[in-house]
Amino acid sequence: MFVRGLKRKCFDGEEDIEGTLAGIKAIPSYNLQRQSLLDMSLVKLQLCHMLVEPNLCRSVLIANTVRQIQEEMTQDGTWQMINTQSTGQASLDRLVSTDILCRSSRDHQAEEKHGPAYGTFNKDFESDQAQDNSETMSTASAVQPPRNLQSNVWEMESPQENKGNFQKSLDQIFETLENKSPNTVEDLFSEVDSSYYDLDTMLTGMMSNTKMGHCDSLETFSSPTNTASNSNCKSDLNDLDHIVEILVES
Amino acid sequence: NKTQSHSRGEYNVYSTFQSHEPEFDYLKSLEIEEKINKIRWLPQKNAAQFLLSTNDKTIKLWKISERDKRPEGYNLKEEDGRYRDPTTVTTLRVPVFRPMDLMVEASPRRIFANAHTYHINSISINSDYETYLSADDLRINLWHLEITDRSFNIVDIKPANMEELTEVITAAEFHPNSCSTFVYSSSKGTIRLCDMRASALCDRHSKLFEEPEDPSNRSFFSEIISSISDVKFSHSGRYMMTRDYLSVKIWDLNMENRPVETYQVHEYLRSKLCSLYENDCIFDKFECCWNGSDRQVEFLSLIVMTGSYNNFFRMFDRNTKRDITLEASRENNKPRTVLKPRKVCASGKRKKDEISVDSLDFNKKILHTAWHPKENIIAVATTNNLYIFQDKMN
Repeated sequence: MFVRGLKRKCFDGEEDIEGTLAGIKAIPSYNLQRQSLLDMSLVKLQLCHMLVEPNLCRSVLIANTVRQIQEEMTQDGTWQMINTQSTGQASLDRLVSTDILCRSSRDHQAEEKHGPAYGTFNKDFESDQAQDNSETMSTASAVQPPRNLQSNVWEMESPQENKGNFQKSLDQIFETLENKSPNTVEDLFSEVDSSYYDLDTMLTGMMSNTKMGHCDSLETFSSPTNTASNSNCKSDLNDLDHIVEILVES
Repeated sequence: NKTQSHSRGEYNVYSTFQSHEPEFDYLKSLEIEEKINKIRWLPQKNAAQFLLSTNDKTIKLWKISERDKRPEGYNLKEEDGRYRDPTTVTTLRVPVFRPMDLMVEASPRRIFANAHTYHINSISINSDYETYLSADDLRINLWHLEITDRSFNIVDIKPANMEELTEVITAAEFHPNSCSTFVYSSSKGTIRLCDMRASALCDRHSKLFEEPEDPSNRSFFSEIISSISDVKFSHSGRYMMTRDYLSVKIWDLNMENRPVETYQVHEYLRSKLCSLYENDCIFDKFECCWNGSDRQVEFLSLIVMTGSYNNFFRMFDRNTKRDITLEASRENNKPRTVLKPRKVCASGKRKKDEISVDSLDFNKKILHTAWHPKENIIAVATTNNLYIFQDKMN
């Protein structure tokens, strides 16, 4: 299950701003939460593509969400900022509660004026959960992970391994974004590291899978391989082997 | 004995049969799950019952018949079926039917296969009782119940370039009276009404039902929660009901720009959408249904029922505007007792007997509910159990 409800204490200017908001401690900024949502969505799409027959409706809805975020970030001008921050820091710890995202866009105007502030993040969970009036499903007993391949993958793997694998893929996504102006979701996806899908085909031995199946909206994934990323993916081969085993078993 | 079971409120399994088996698609190297997505009963024409059941790719027509008598006393055959030596027959008798233990037989009558590239999400029988439609994510096909080797494609929203795909079909249904009219809903919260007389391929809708977005509620999840998971016509066909993630909406077919009624199923989840997105619950597809009615008269489409989380289900009375939340759970309800209404405390101080949003169990979801076509008896499906409730007046 993704780590939920972790509050980050943001440094470098964010603190003062947060402090003035009725004394509420360490609420992640709208930009941070939006970034977190983008990361989450991209991970979902990647995992979705690892399935042989993903749910088309779900994939389309997630892809549309990514597109919306991307469009808004392009308008904000924050799109360029990500690249300088993401390398080495894109990690699952950034899947923070995003209650602010659920509020209306009008509330965001004030925050956006301050611009994005991606300071280094203190990984210690500092805010008092009891005072947490955000709307995360904090009661662990109430929300068990649904019978869902994504959550199985996360539970089986050690957190460190997970972060390594997906950090690489997220990093690679953002690296490619640096070099292009992201005008469309197609651009967003077209040069994404397709090594995952090569691994998929290597492991399952069926080349057709990445092209057929219902996740056709993401079929740009099966574009020619990026030779640089091949070496990366070979080192991850064992980890992904393990993931595929788990997927097959579950 | 049907009357007895009504008053006792106990039901036994009538029949169990395997409708679909897992299949392997060799061309795509995919396994096709045997999981049933939809079941629809045909109107009854004789002693047997017929139903259509579908998995992701194949629809089957099943005949379910009862046998509670068997013939005995043949002249040429023994009781065990062996033929008698005709020379030993000295007298003749008339075979008679003798009662036997009820036997229910399900036999597959038609198999409608190989017409869907994507996953079938709906089937709907036409009012002509001869044709039916099946819908997948991108296409809708029209079939004749007698013909299995041919179907007609009547809706196709697949874009030439799949990268441009932003919307899928989520449900479809024929109008209860007009055999050339049907509707289909989409993942963007729209409903399109089509008339098959207008053209062979109904790519252009006759009506488009869509409610403008409420700007004060806009978020990154707006589109996902607007995705319609079920659409059902009312008995007369004057109205239709749609279910999206947080609400049930009633539409007048004469008014396309907004619904005439909206009922909030679990509005307290609106502030939790991000967590629900994270754990994928936001993609749950809830169904909805009308109360039963043996006449196709509009004023009898009174009550709307739909499921929620924590094994709760909700009913809305269109006339009184009252609503109720009930729970399908063995621990909390003894058999044959009246269900106690439940209440979820959205915020603030929780009253006694109220349940707070944070303690809801999101793995206990009621996606399927059904109302008896004629009586006030409902069936509610939780993850592992089927509950049957009836009106206490009976």
